[in-house]
Amino acid sequence: MMILSGDPPRSRVLTLVLVLIILALAATPFLFPGAKALNVAAKICVFAALVASYDLLLGYTGSVSFAHTMFYGIGSYAIAIALYGMGPNWAAVATGIVVGLPLAALLALAIGLFSLRVAAIFFAMITLAVASAFQVLASQLSWLTGGEDGRSFQLPELLRPGTVLISKNLFGFEVNGRILTYYLVFAISAVMILALLRVVNSPFGRVLQAIRENRFRAEALGFRTVFHLTYANCLAALVAASAGILNALWLRYAGPDTSLSFSIMLDILLMVVIGGMGTIYGAIIGATIFILAQNYLQSLMGVASKAASEAGLPLLPGLLHPDRWLLWLGLLFIASVYFFPTGVVGRLRNRGGDKSAGTSH
Amino acid sequence: MTDLLKLSGVHTHIGRYHILQGIDLTVPQGQTTMLLGRNGAGKTTTLRTIMGLWQASKGEISLAGMRIDSRATPDIALLGVGYVPESMAVFSDLTVKENLVLAARDGPLDDAQLDWIFGFFPALRRFWLSRAGSLSGGQKQMLSIARAIIEPRKLLLIDEPTKGLAPAIVMALIECLKEIKRKGATILLVEQNFFAARELGDNVLVMDNGTIVHRGEMAALAADVPLQERLLGLSLEAHQ
Repeated sequence: MMILSGDPPRSRVLTLVLVLIILALAATPFLFPGAKALNVAAKICVFAALVASYDLLLGYTGSVSFAHTMFYGIGSYAIAIALYGMGPNWAAVATGIVVGLPLAALLALAIGLFSLRVAAIFFAMITLAVASAFQVLASQLSWLTGGEDGRSFQLPELLRPGTVLISKNLFGFEVNGRILTYYLVFAISAVMILALLRVVNSPFGRVLQAIRENRFRAEALGFRTVFHLTYANCLAALVAASAGILNALWLRYAGPDTSLSFSIMLDILLMVVIGGMGTIYGAIIGATIFILAQNYLQSLMGVASKAASEAGLPLLPGLLHPDRWLLWLGLLFIASVYFFPTGVVGRLRNRGGDKSAGTSH
Repeated sequence: MTDLLKLSGVHTHIGRYHILQGIDLTVPQGQTTMLLGRNGAGKTTTLRTIMGLWQASKGEISLAGMRIDSRATPDIALLGVGYVPESMAVFSDLTVKENLVLAARDGPLDDAQLDWIFGFFPALRRFWLSRAGSLSGGQKQMLSIARAIIEPRKLLLIDEPTKGLAPAIVMALIECLKEIKRKGATILLVEQNFFAARELGDNVLVMDNGTIVHRGEMAALAADVPLQERLLGLSLEAHQ
């Protein structure tokens, strides 16, 4: 319970689902052979942390930010530029971290102090403007960022796929640098999610919830809401930048499409909504559902379409044609928002009876 | 008797509306001052202006001799001003316990103070770990008041605590506020319920159209039916 900061999933089904996801992610390199499965698992880990950090903002403070991918991109580009410029060594990794994280936090501080004093809609607009400007800047500074091509780089020796840490002869499977990188991504993402769980269950987290509900009431209790909101913005930016670093390390690449694109921002929003806002656990569920659907829905539809065609069914083969996977993905999200308005976690928790009545203090 | 709170020529504009039009009032230390008046007279705006939630466009507000009219709301709260807004203002997503912990800014909850509060509002003990949003209207109002008194405050600003509550709960609230008074609290209380006002008030201020139109002792107003009818459009007898 300590590790979950006194905030367990509060639903048996939810606990079971979370345990299954975590076990599957932990065992992916050995259970699901192949590059695709490992890539999908790594993406789920990175996005679970990224979405959890966005949940801190949207779910716990009610602030809608469009700059989250910018912080994610800052982390990605910082590590990519450092490893590209300094070569594949640990000093470059450290430099990327030392430059990327404070830069993200400083920018979040500036945006927060500048825009969190005013109405929430202005904060959203300002983050949108800053994120757009950053995207253009990253594209224009091609000497530094690689422009539209981005930056590919090599990892330090230990993390390369060619580095064999445990040979196949010993346990029947090989542990190489790629698997080590995966576990690095898995472990750091897990630590970040647990840290966010600690934050939202601390007195600071309660103040954020109070601000979300009624900012003036929170101020009347003596809380300087701009300070709290800015602090939350900086924490979220730090975690987003860290997720960006992990993503770049995994892909060995940072570019506009993988780090700064607005489609990533939309994905994050969808994952938060599907998983359940203001729960942190929702980030794990949302990221898993979304990324699995993104990666496997097309192939599943291909199989279903072929089966329908072989069975001689009318219309279905066309409707389930793999080319229409985006249409079905969209319908899936509409259905999930319709049937789970409080997200999967909210729905499961409500079924289990959230925050039951106590009898004494 | 020294004045804890003093407003001199306070004006407040909300958008293009001129709500408070030169308010002069004092709240003596250790006494309960009632702020009465018809709907729309400016009572709630007065409390919100004192609290810094609306900025006074003109005039001075001082607390224990210190100007507070240009201070931000959190700073005013940290000076020891507790505010109980109208409409059962609790944080509904938080539990009863979390609501009170949030208000106890100086650290952990004081058990003796908590037991004292539970003495008046036993429902709060019963629903200690329930979400505040699931409480009844009366219980929410109890929690709202408990939040303001969980720590000692120099001044309590309370806005219509009995509004929309059942008579039994109103009586419990009155008893609680009397007890808070006995402990020496200074209170500025907006109230429409004239019975509650008579029970609690030492002094009275009557507002109309953004100005104070009457000031005096509560007992004197309670005894003067024609004055009640002239100022408030009702009499205590009619209200009972």
